Amino acid sequence: MSDKHKVTIDGIAIEVDAGTSILNAARLIGGDVVPPAMCYYSKLEGSGGKCRTCLVQVSKGSEKDPRPMPKLVASCRTTVMDGMEVKNITSPEVIEARKGVVEMLLINHPLDCPVCDQAGECHLQDLGYEHGAAKTRYEFDRRTFEKIDIGDKIQLHMTRCILCYRCVFTADQITNTRLHGILNRGDHSEISTYISKAVDNDFSGNVIDVCPVGALTDKTFRFKNRVWFTKPVDAHRDCDHENCNGKVTLWYKGEDVIRVTARKDVYGEVEEFICNTCRFDKKKTADWVIEGPRHISNKSVISANHYDTLRPLPVVKTNPLLQEANKEQFERDTRL
Amino acid sequence: MGRKLLLEHINVPGINTFDVYRQKGGYRAVEKALKTLAPADIVEEVKKSGLRGRGGAGFPTGMKWSFLAKPEGVARYLVCNADESEPGTFKDRYLMTYIPHALIEGMIVSSFALGANTSYIYVRGEMMPQIRILEKAIAEAKAAGFLGKNILGTGYDLELYVQPGGGAYICGEETALLESLEGKRGNPRIKPPFPAIAGLYGCPTVVNNVESIAAVVPIINDGGEEYAKIGVGRSTGTKLISAGGNLRKPGVYEIDLGLSAEEFLYSDEYCGGIANGKRLKAVVAGGSSVPILPANLFLKTVNGEARLMSYESLADGGFVSGTMLGSGGFIAYDEDQCIVRNTWNFARFYHHESCGQCSPCREGTGWMEKVLHRLEYGHGKMSDIDLLVDVSKKIEGNTICPLGDAAAWPVASAIRHFRDEFEWHVTHAGEATTHNFGLAHYADPLPKKEESVA
Repeated sequence: MSDKHKVTIDGIAIEVDAGTSILNAARLIGGDVVPPAMCYYSKLEGSGGKCRTCLVQVSKGSEKDPRPMPKLVASCRTTVMDGMEVKNITSPEVIEARKGVVEMLLINHPLDCPVCDQAGECHLQDLGYEHGAAKTRYEFDRRTFEKIDIGDKIQLHMTRCILCYRCVFTADQITNTRLHGILNRGDHSEISTYISKAVDNDFSGNVIDVCPVGALTDKTFRFKNRVWFTKPVDAHRDCDHENCNGKVTLWYKGEDVIRVTARKDVYGEVEEFICNTCRFDKKKTADWVIEGPRHISNKSVISANHYDTLRPLPVVKTNPLLQEANKEQFERDTRL
Repeated sequence: MGRKLLLEHINVPGINTFDVYRQKGGYRAVEKALKTLAPADIVEEVKKSGLRGRGGAGFPTGMKWSFLAKPEGVARYLVCNADESEPGTFKDRYLMTYIPHALIEGMIVSSFALGANTSYIYVRGEMMPQIRILEKAIAEAKAAGFLGKNILGTGYDLELYVQPGGGAYICGEETALLESLEGKRGNPRIKPPFPAIAGLYGCPTVVNNVESIAAVVPIINDGGEEYAKIGVGRSTGTKLISAGGNLRKPGVYEIDLGLSAEEFLYSDEYCGGIANGKRLKAVVAGGSSVPILPANLFLKTVNGEARLMSYESLADGGFVSGTMLGSGGFIAYDEDQCIVRNTWNFARFYHHESCGQCSPCREGTGWMEKVLHRLEYGHGKMSDIDLLVDVSKKIEGNTICPLGDAAAWPVASAIRHFRDEFEWHVTHAGEATTHNFGLAHYADPLPKKEESVA
């Protein structure tokens, strides 16, 4: 039996390894056929299937059994079969279901983007823009919570949480003590620490990176700047921690590093998790070996500042390597 | 008079004890199965019987058993789903309370057929009396050599445990049940893998309802073909129906599948008609999760055929004019009952019981409940009715487990069949909670009970 399966997504065919999920097959194609995902996180085992934003229609099950699947399926948790045909943006049913999911997610997620530190990097913001309606039909009180400090560096805004479970999986899988989880049921569910404990371990800061909506925020960065006014730069250092390779993105405001995050891929997922020392304690350029500007997709609001040649990054001004890397952009902007 | 396979000795004093149960022919199926049949033969008999899962889904039990993976050196488990907690459904509780050994006997035979050496009865945590009854029955069976090591000298070992559940409706969903049994939060798992491949502790597992397991006993005693002779079409055997609501004789009844709905509702052998001489307005035929039907559609299909108490007949017409047999939780509503209030009540239940894992169910169930509450208390708007239909559509089919569907169907069907009652709640806001609708046209078009039986 071949270990490659042919799958067609929105009319585009691709061959992928057996066991690949529909979502990951779509990611190999790229572009608009990739379903959105709020809870799936490729680096976290068992994640996905919960938010239902990645629902797709399987219009043909496989070559062997061409019957369509009766319901929409979560593309992140459904593996491809040979000959499978999938509809994502070509299915009105999928778009309608996704609109419904967005509306549900926004019931208990305030649109406080103007004051939210996740603004500009928020998947729900993108999803709401692409699939949401201008007006909600929900007229009842939203649930509200007091902000909770879970440790000295992390603040939990439960009001914004969409219960994707990513932070729970992160704490479960990359730290040796899980001190938080889900309490209660249904729309009373909430992320919380276990009886007022702090989340305190070397990798706890990663729950901030995996949170798609700004429910978990970095207290060393909160309210310091809008992310699109910062300058992201890839950097690394020799980290002592055995499980951290020290590869990060530094976010500059002027000449100051105001935030350190793990490096994220095009789908907003970290490439490798980093330790708290790198994230919270190394906020000087001298702590790092600068590699070059972070490539940000032109679709992202963060890329806006990359066309600003009048005020190049401080690190670019002083680093010949970065000057060379940005030569083309400098020349283009000078022409303009 | 219908046959009684499960409730035959229900009125025998002391039938809940091992000795009396044994005197009445109990544990014959264990002796026959362990001493004369191979596990595959038992699976074959269950297949021949046509037994369908009695928990609600109606999936063929024998086929479910045959899906069980049998890798070498890996444990297999049988788990009995006794988490019964759907509004209107109380037949498993009845069986466990009065004839616990029927379940124990079924568990032994079924475990042997599936090659399980450890089995669990997962009972809703609130059912403490039933948990104690089952524990006592297990101890009696073990003392008599029907459980434990080398049962009846056949070399077969089986340990049977009663596990109190988390007290959540969602724990009755088979994968949430397994999570709960493993000591975790009772959240449904995403399928595949199905429990037959990776269930309890990652091992092949069969999860069956109490009634399904108890029904294995008469199937082994009399043979699958005999069992299949009862019923109609693919609805074979007998079925326990827990009848409640505005009935003259509410209770648990064992019926032959295929009994006419009218006979079940009106004859004195069963429900005896509607209480207090009232007329029938609506019926929920299979527990709160199935679509509600107005009286006329419950008694006759749109083609004018008599509706039968069977999986196929109740489903005739799909969700437009039909419903489901479900778990057999039968609720009758007389002409005075408020459908809006009832729908709100069901929505309140599903809102409370949603596990909150997936977005449409977590947020949608609460939204529906709030809109229904507003309508019921006279603060609703006409647009609320279409809003409810739309929200229920957004939930249906889009959730991890069937709880989303279970929450959506009662709302969608109530509006489909009783839309003007919802509208009445908007136009008569001041009277909404008086339940004085002036909508008598929903009442049963058939004569009242006395005339019908005559």
